Amino acid sequence: MEIDPFIFRLSIFILSIFVGYYVVWSVTPSLHTPLMSVTNAISSVIIVGAIIASLAGTNLSVFNQSSIFGFLAIVLAAINIFGGFLVTQRMLAMYKKKKKDKK
Amino acid sequence: MISANLLAIFYLISGILFILALRGLSSPETSRQGNLFGIIGMAIAITVTFLSIDNFTSGFLYVILFLLIGGSIGAFIAFKIPMTAMPELVAGFHSLVGLAAVFVAISAFISPEVFNLGTSGNIKLASLIEMSIGAAVGAITFSGSIIAFLKLRGLMSGSPITFPGQHILNLLILISIIILTYFLCLNQSPNFFWSLIAISFLVGFLLIIPIGGADMPVVISMLNSYSGWAAAGIGFTLENTALIITGALVGSSGAILSYIMCKGMNRSFFNVILGGFGGTDQTSNKTSKEQKPVKSGNADDAAFLMKNASSVIIVPGYGMAVAQAQHALREMVDSLKKNGVKVSYAIHPVAGRMPGHMNVLLAEANVPYDEVFELEEINNDFANCDVAYVIGANDVTNPVAKTDPQSPIYGMPVLDVEKSKSVLFVKRSLSPGYAGIDNDLFYRDNTLMLFADAKKMTEDIIKNL
Repeated sequence: MEIDPFIFRLSIFILSIFVGYYVVWSVTPSLHTPLMSVTNAISSVIIVGAIIASLAGTNLSVFNQSSIFGFLAIVLAAINIFGGFLVTQRMLAMYKKKKKDKK
Repeated sequence: MISANLLAIFYLISGILFILALRGLSSPETSRQGNLFGIIGMAIAITVTFLSIDNFTSGFLYVILFLLIGGSIGAFIAFKIPMTAMPELVAGFHSLVGLAAVFVAISAFISPEVFNLGTSGNIKLASLIEMSIGAAVGAITFSGSIIAFLKLRGLMSGSPITFPGQHILNLLILISIIILTYFLCLNQSPNFFWSLIAISFLVGFLLIIPIGGADMPVVISMLNSYSGWAAAGIGFTLENTALIITGALVGSSGAILSYIMCKGMNRSFFNVILGGFGGTDQTSNKTSKEQKPVKSGNADDAAFLMKNASSVIIVPGYGMAVAQAQHALREMVDSLKKNGVKVSYAIHPVAGRMPGHMNVLLAEANVPYDEVFELEEINNDFANCDVAYVIGANDVTNPVAKTDPQSPIYGMPVLDVEKSKSVLFVKRSLSPGYAGIDNDLFYRDNTLMLFADAKKMTEDIIKNL
């Protein structure tokens, strides 16, 4: 009997939810805003789908009905990737410890 | 051209690097390294996708071009955006993820052969369901985030918009989405697909308009979660591991944050989502109390009190963000520290408009993060503290939440500000906070009201120190 590859993907999905659950609970509350901006950036890995979609055209007609949506999605995802990671970087650079250690 | 198996391994590596990126956020020291892992993961995912393409058409150049256009816009925004605008930036970014998911789903529906999903009009059933889910959730994320963005930006009133039959309408629309998906699977007509997307846009809009401004931390977290589930839906359609892993991570991350925010308000998730909280119809119970005596003071009194205190706890809230008072606040704390006063900061989970909002603003003003404490960590310290300086917070300090079972905020965890020897409450007027209820703290004997703009008052105190 053969297992449908969908079941494998579903397994990855469910295990990742568990990983996410435990990893996110260990995130310190003071970093919840960077957490949101970085999750924003990584969810834009959807750009891989956009790249494949945008290459649906041929050499003669790069832009067809389907590839145009791909190109638009690339722009949106790229804004998010660069914007998300850079703004996270900017925020994280601000978190500093006390200069003179007290404890 | 690399093999499909190798490609899958690389996507798995990206997924793991994304997990490490979130793991890094468990402490500020490891967080910067975590962000780097995230960037590497993204670079790997994009690079191997390029390598997997076997026929290099001129379209490839356009891919690079559009990538650079989007990238420069993103980088420009990231460098220019002020930290106080972070909630609306995050909401805006969520909307982009949602819309990108919709576009990819549309593209896959028009040309399924590109993604090996069958042919147009004859798409594999499982793929069709997956892309419908991805498109619908993406569309809800998009329009919902746009409304959240407009509310946070102040371009739309932050007060809840409700109308009779709202919940029934929402329910009917959700049912129609399921019916549409069913018919779409039956005959694969593009009309059903387009209607599905259009209706999903409407759901996102209707879902967020009844939710008021101070419930935004829950809304943003929830939309964060949705953007993850949309990405996961597309990940299943494209059979892409990186996308499935990331979608699951982001989805559960947003769900946990929503849960933490709801708990911070002692309200159920459904109570928040159904909306309408904090309307203006609760004014009746405040009129009777307005005659109560209130002690008010000026910057000089406040400076005197704090200078002679041995410990001071600062309680910042959304008002501090609005007044941009964080830098003035830090200067004030610096002068207090020179006078030998011990100062710490107490942050309520729902202070501000998004999770961790206050922490970012204080970090921006160079407040060391080890002086900033969460509610549970610091709440017992109020009893031993001389002065609590409440700047821009209101409902989260209201003792009524502990004493009056009739109150709408009863049971909500609050900061025990009233236990400190004296309370300095910076506020522009005696008006009630978001919950529409009077704050008992105003009338306590140990409370001194400082009626002024948060930033101006703090600056005046510095002059008097």
